[in-house]
Amino acid sequence: MPATRFNPLPGFGLTMGYTLVYVGVIVVLPLAALLVRTLDLTPADFWRLATDPRAMASYRLTFGASLAAAGVNALFGTLLAWVLARYRFPGRGLVDALVDFPFALPTAVAGLTLADLFAAEGWLGRGLAMAGIQVAFTPLGVMVALTFVGLPFVVRTLQPVIEGFDRELEEAAATLGAGRWRTFRSVVAPTLLPAVLTGFALALARAIGEYGSVIFIAGNKPFVSEIAPLLIVIRLEEYDYAGAMALAVVLLAISFLLLITINLLERWSSRFRR
Amino acid sequence: MSRTIPIHLDSAGRGPGPAAAGSPAVRRMLIGLALGFAAVFLVLPLANVLVKALGKGVSYYQTTLSDPDMRAAIRLTLAVAVITVPLNLVFGLAAAWAIGKHSFRGKSLLITLIDLPFSVSPVVAGLVLVVLFGAQGYLGPWLDRHDIRIIFNLPGIVMATVFVTVPFIARELIPLMQASGNEQEEAALTLGASGWRTFWHVTLPSVRWGLLYGVILCNARAMGEFGAVSVVSGHIAGLTDTLPLQVEKLYHEYNQTGAFAAASLLAMLALVTLGFKALLEWRIRRRYERGQRAAPSGRMEAGA
Repeated sequence: MPATRFNPLPGFGLTMGYTLVYVGVIVVLPLAALLVRTLDLTPADFWRLATDPRAMASYRLTFGASLAAAGVNALFGTLLAWVLARYRFPGRGLVDALVDFPFALPTAVAGLTLADLFAAEGWLGRGLAMAGIQVAFTPLGVMVALTFVGLPFVVRTLQPVIEGFDRELEEAAATLGAGRWRTFRSVVAPTLLPAVLTGFALALARAIGEYGSVIFIAGNKPFVSEIAPLLIVIRLEEYDYAGAMALAVVLLAISFLLLITINLLERWSSRFRR
Repeated sequence: MSRTIPIHLDSAGRGPGPAAAGSPAVRRMLIGLALGFAAVFLVLPLANVLVKALGKGVSYYQTTLSDPDMRAAIRLTLAVAVITVPLNLVFGLAAAWAIGKHSFRGKSLLITLIDLPFSVSPVVAGLVLVVLFGAQGYLGPWLDRHDIRIIFNLPGIVMATVFVTVPFIARELIPLMQASGNEQEEAALTLGASGWRTFWHVTLPSVRWGLLYGVILCNARAMGEFGAVSVVSGHIAGLTDTLPLQVEKLYHEYNQTGAFAAASLLAMLALVTLGFKALLEWRIRRRYERGQRAAPSGRMEAGA
């Protein structure tokens, strides 16, 4: 619709005003209060609080596990999306519906059940323990929880792209004598890449702020398996407001960078569609 | 692409993939790998909750759920959802009407602001409320003088939940209102209907399924929110413990079966949410197929 066209629908002032006030009071004002309150700190104090060794260890774990989990999802989530979109097999409908399960499941329940599954006596932990691998209460457990919560983002970003994929292109490549691997590499992969990156970034963004599902399975040992959001909670419980706010501002800054990245990626990948 | 779980019409009108895609061995290997991944990360976590909840038998399960603190947690969780969802529903309708049916400058900035809670860690969402309303917060001393408690009390829990669920309904409705265009509303207004009447009888019916879906997603998150609520709740047994907080508390008290009993209620909430989504997709697909039969070249009605 051209912007200059007269719009006879009523209620713009009322609904716009309500929208701005609501978003302002509920979202913008509280976040602004956090930033303004942080300005009370001197830059040196902020730097000291935001980069103390325990905080640095928690960032390393949060980012390391989040990147690893998003990577696992980019690989296996893409595979799952591909299989769901391309093949028909018994149980396909059920698995397809369950892809959304991690999103719909409250994070505390996810944490509880994953911690139990991967504990030494759990259904999966028992086998892994025999192989000498401990997942629960280690950084590996953090990665497992973050893989769980990120899975729907990758699969649901890729599925429509794979379904809408022009199969004639693949067939043309095959007809022209390209082998299966070559067809995949030079026709399929470049088309999927923007969507894989978008799914990866969405899963990463979700993982970095994630709290509930992780704290059950992580063990929460300082410097070892303590994620940054948990350290914020601990600082708050110690009434160390300044320490909590410094960490929160670092996390917020990273979230915003990721938000911008995701928007750019979506713009880029939408050029590949249609 | 969505920060929630989009309605997805996978095989609508397209039919199954060709059996010829890949050699049988490759195909079996890919399906096997994908299903193994799905088993570990989707099927087993769900099955584990249900099995462990009933681990000590049905009567123990019932006793656990009728514990007074558990009852209080269930009531509080329902109360929080009953307050949160209508607030975000009215907001979602207003925002979708303003954004979807009108053009103005700064639209994408406004949408970004509505999306912000998706990008903020739940813990940070709780923290900002403590910074505003806590004892050492901006409004703390004033609230204290007037004997108003927000943090460690129901208002704080509701505010934290409203914050994290702000985008859910609005983000379902905005694209639907945009896609259905303004022609029908303009026709109704030309025929003399009032603005409200046009909204109730023309706009609302055209987005009703998306609206319902947004409400269901918002409700699931409102009942299940953990991080933000955990920061502002204070964990007072029987008073400020929601069902997800109850899960954590029982887990730390080494009451596995109790934790899983509380968790099973929330897992069922998730299953109901997924069931509703499947129903919605089935309805849209059926309508699409009917439309195909009636007019083979017809496009699917947006926001059906």
